[in-house]
Amino acid sequence: MRPASYLTNKLRDPGFWGDNAAVIGLIVICCIFSVLTPTFLTWANISDLLVSASILLVLAMAQQFVIVTGGIDLSIGSSLPWAAVIFGLTFNSYHSIPLAIVAAIVSGMAVGLVNGLIIAKLKVNDFIATLGMLGVMNGLALIVSGGQSFAVDSPFLQNLVLGSIGPIRYFYLVALLIAGLSYLVFTYTPFGTHVLATGGNHDAARNMGISTDRMRILVYLIGGGLVGVAAVLMVARTGGSDPSMQTSQLLTSIASVVLGGSSLFGGRAGILGTVAGALVLTTLLVGFTLLQVSEYYQPMAVGIVVIAAAVLSRLQR
Amino acid sequence: MNDSNPILEVSDLRKSFGAVEALRGASLVCPAGEVTALVGDNGAGKSTLIRCITGVHPASGGSIRFKGNEVAFNAPTEARHLGIETVYQDLALVEDLTVWQNMYLNREITHGWGPLRWLDRRGMIAQTEAKLGRLLVNMPPVKAKVRRLSGGQRQSISIGRAASWGSALVIMDEPTAALGLRERGAVETLIGNLRGEGIAQLVISHDLEQVMRISDSVWVMRGGQTIAHWRTSEVDRTQIVAAIAGGDRKA
Repeated sequence: MRPASYLTNKLRDPGFWGDNAAVIGLIVICCIFSVLTPTFLTWANISDLLVSASILLVLAMAQQFVIVTGGIDLSIGSSLPWAAVIFGLTFNSYHSIPLAIVAAIVSGMAVGLVNGLIIAKLKVNDFIATLGMLGVMNGLALIVSGGQSFAVDSPFLQNLVLGSIGPIRYFYLVALLIAGLSYLVFTYTPFGTHVLATGGNHDAARNMGISTDRMRILVYLIGGGLVGVAAVLMVARTGGSDPSMQTSQLLTSIASVVLGGSSLFGGRAGILGTVAGALVLTTLLVGFTLLQVSEYYQPMAVGIVVIAAAVLSRLQR
Repeated sequence: MNDSNPILEVSDLRKSFGAVEALRGASLVCPAGEVTALVGDNGAGKSTLIRCITGVHPASGGSIRFKGNEVAFNAPTEARHLGIETVYQDLALVEDLTVWQNMYLNREITHGWGPLRWLDRRGMIAQTEAKLGRLLVNMPPVKAKVRRLSGGQRQSISIGRAASWGSALVIMDEPTAALGLRERGAVETLIGNLRGEGIAQLVISHDLEQVMRISDSVWVMRGGQTIAHWRTSEVDRTQIVAAIAGGDRKA
């Protein structure tokens, strides 16, 4: 088949548009903003945009692992400040960045493990279990920290935010590496296939001898670890950990995954789509700020984009 | 009866669920290279018998001999390890995975070791093409997602998968119930091909025309018991219907 006719056939296939809704949306939004504001398409702005998207991107990857099994992790909303508090407490007690990073990741994984065990072993619905943990971890973060914020002053963290390899900044390099690793896991490992099978057809996976309970525990564990990484990035960016931090990242992390074409019923992982989804949501906010559009319109625009993506995803193959 | 090379011998199998006796003495024999049909009305105990043979339910009494050895499976995986594959009505396929991913689900060929194992995708794709190509007349593209296949193609993939793993016995529960005429024909051809490979097949079917077409022997169940069996060439449809409804009996 000639390349031109191949491309024409692709463009005529509704499934192509459904499968790539987030990537297409990102290109369209970038085109619009680059026409409306000349500074949008500069490397400095793109780099800032990627930094702004990094924490959301890591959280969206955490959510992606869980959503592939047909689950959802609402506890992210409080396990993120929880892991940040543990990071702050550990750093202020031992003045060791490696130890603080490990503590943040392990504390995130602990939340994931409890989520997984409640869901897989006690057969509690994902939504209810993680909603419960959202409250539990919120309270625990406040108790452990005594309701206090911690300032974290570390050259390592400053370098993480501001440093770069050539034009590429460490901060979003971490997020992109996690996205790349997630892609490799789903595409090239038996574990990834088993997770997809668990979400795609739970009974079939079990009939083929896959321990679906184990898969569900592991995805929450991995998700929790990634929340720990996101907490480190957040502390690095804000310069401290705040136990009462109200984050909108929970809903946007879910929206990124949905925008990327993954089904909330499980069975599909679209890593590139999820990355594009997180970038679409961040680009909208950055673009509106550059255009000085009132912040009141921003959540509206995000909501409309998510609904539009969901409608487009009905065309998926 | 050609019972000279029985792969599966079930004798006087019993199964109770509390006070309910679902099986009250079910027996059958599946020889190698033959298609054995199991027929009976709804509630006759066919599905319970299959579940006991494949380890979904432990039997309450009686015996199951597989390749001459008495066996008692506690889980379907134990039966699968010995070479008993079951194609359930829901086919146990994952729609969002490709044909080759379904073919190798939980049997993946990998490189590396421990947690650092990665898939040999090329190897699995090539082997899926080879394995299914041998059995299926019109093989779907192995890189296609199962979601995009027709009902007949899915059924063929599911049966082909069961037959490809060195199975000695493939059990099929209503393999063509949801299929159109042409697709039914393709699945029946596949069943014929498996017979040629020397695989024993046990087929549950309500379609007596099909039973007459594809099977070598017929067993009839009623009220939790096998109450009749014949070589298919020595019986007609009326006799089978009478046995299902409560007439003729032949040991």
